[in-house]
Amino acid sequence: MQKALVSVTGKDKPGIIAKVSTALFEMNINVLEISQTILDGYFTMLMIVDMTDASVAFSTVSEKLSVVGEELGEVINIQRADIFDAMHRI
Amino acid sequence: MIEVNEILQTMQMIHEQHFDIRTITMGISLLSCKRNTDRETAEAVYEKVTRLAKNLVRVGNELESELGVPIVNKRISVTPVSMISGDDPMQIAVALDKAAQEVGVNFIGGFGALMHKGATRAEEILLEAMPEVFAKTERLCGSVNVGSTRSGINMDAVRKMGHVIKKTAELTADTDAFGCAKIVVFCNAVEDNPFMAGAFHGVGEPECVVNVGVSGPGVVQRALAEVHGQPFDVLAETIKRTAFKITRVGELVAQEAAKRLGVPYGIVDLSLAPTPARGDSVAYVLSEMGLEMAGAPGTTAALAMLNDMVKKGGVMASSHVGGLSGAFIPVSEDIGMIEAAAAKCLSLEKMEAMTCVCSVGLDMIAIPGDTSANTIAGIIADEAAIGMVNNKTTAVRVIPAPGKKAGDTVNFGGLFGYAPIMNVNNYKNDEFIERGGRIPAPLHSLRN
Repeated sequence: MQKALVSVTGKDKPGIIAKVSTALFEMNINVLEISQTILDGYFTMLMIVDMTDASVAFSTVSEKLSVVGEELGEVINIQRADIFDAMHRI
Repeated sequence: MIEVNEILQTMQMIHEQHFDIRTITMGISLLSCKRNTDRETAEAVYEKVTRLAKNLVRVGNELESELGVPIVNKRISVTPVSMISGDDPMQIAVALDKAAQEVGVNFIGGFGALMHKGATRAEEILLEAMPEVFAKTERLCGSVNVGSTRSGINMDAVRKMGHVIKKTAELTADTDAFGCAKIVVFCNAVEDNPFMAGAFHGVGEPECVVNVGVSGPGVVQRALAEVHGQPFDVLAETIKRTAFKITRVGELVAQEAAKRLGVPYGIVDLSLAPTPARGDSVAYVLSEMGLEMAGAPGTTAALAMLNDMVKKGGVMASSHVGGLSGAFIPVSEDIGMIEAAAAKCLSLEKMEAMTCVCSVGLDMIAIPGDTSANTIAGIIADEAAIGMVNNKTTAVRVIPAPGKKAGDTVNFGGLFGYAPIMNVNNYKNDEFIERGGRIPAPLHSLRN
């Protein structure tokens, strides 16, 4: 499984999950887990997704999510989950 | 499953505490490029470097984007050029500089020589050419190994390097002697160091290899802020845990980069490498331990512990730790060191003591322009002696900025930062330096 983390930070508003999930769905990326928290007053959403069957390359996913982020006025990043496994698991 | 607080911790390390992969460095052997003339050799060098490193920057950028961790530099190290050069090493220097530009790396290291026991004819010629080479080229760096624990110190090479540094300073006077920032004089140089300016591809290395250097003084500083007032045992444990996490990312990047570039993975260098950015300083880590400034009594002990704990934490995180692996204490590239030097809390002599317990040596130190070549050679000899006796790497990268006096400032910009000119002890040493010959290897070199 090719897991990645999508992080969304900014101001809380309606439609964030809907817009991001739709974009992911369009690229055939499956959402495994969602968590939301308020960090230093900022809305922070973390999504663990499975990119194994993604229809486009990683760089395209990243660009697409940035565009969605701009439309929403949020900062959206995607990074492979390997970095968290490396850092926090032996 | 990874927990939310772990994800957030990693993101804070990257976005707030300046954690980054400092460099992916591709080592390339040039031994196969030796031809009958330096012109032909230069052509072969250009062809080989541009062929093997053509995807280096692209792969580095891809990994940066996918893993979400900055990979600041992509660089190349090559076989010490004196092993393939003849009467005109400038030709090869220009070819390397051009190759670096072509593949888009900011520095290429290896215009140097291994002279710890003596010099070949090609090495003598290369040393002569160094000042002009570093004045003419942009991205080329070089180093000369003048001593080792096994062979002692080549004092002829030490004396000559004093002159090479002086002449390079004169030829690059218009940029505050920036040429000198591209020259490192080593004792016990390592063959797989990924960090500039001292990186070169050793003779024991494979045809092509990928080495990775991690960084993260800001992350260590932040972790130590959480254990304020606690005993050293807690401090040590905290540094180890942090170093482990940092190095694991280095290991991941090294393995991925090697796979994508189709070359063997060499080592991860688990150094704490500062930048001039606030919050990315090794000196601030020392301050966080309880010292008002780097240089205060206790600094050497603090640095010794930091250096050792970084290794102990990092060594379990990577299957191949190598390179320099320790804390770097350059002056101009570390805001806390700059402040300490400007406040005169830090002297050259105190820095010399610090180099006994950290990874490298007197690094990026600006000294008065009227410092003599022999005085610089004396500084090199002292550092080399520390390296030789303590069985560790030491280095000297000093910048005698023409026309500048102690208290003035030189500014190199970017990662090289700026530095106050430090005072140098100018009592004469000419008779000592001009003796020539070799300082014999210490007793503990005989380990067989």
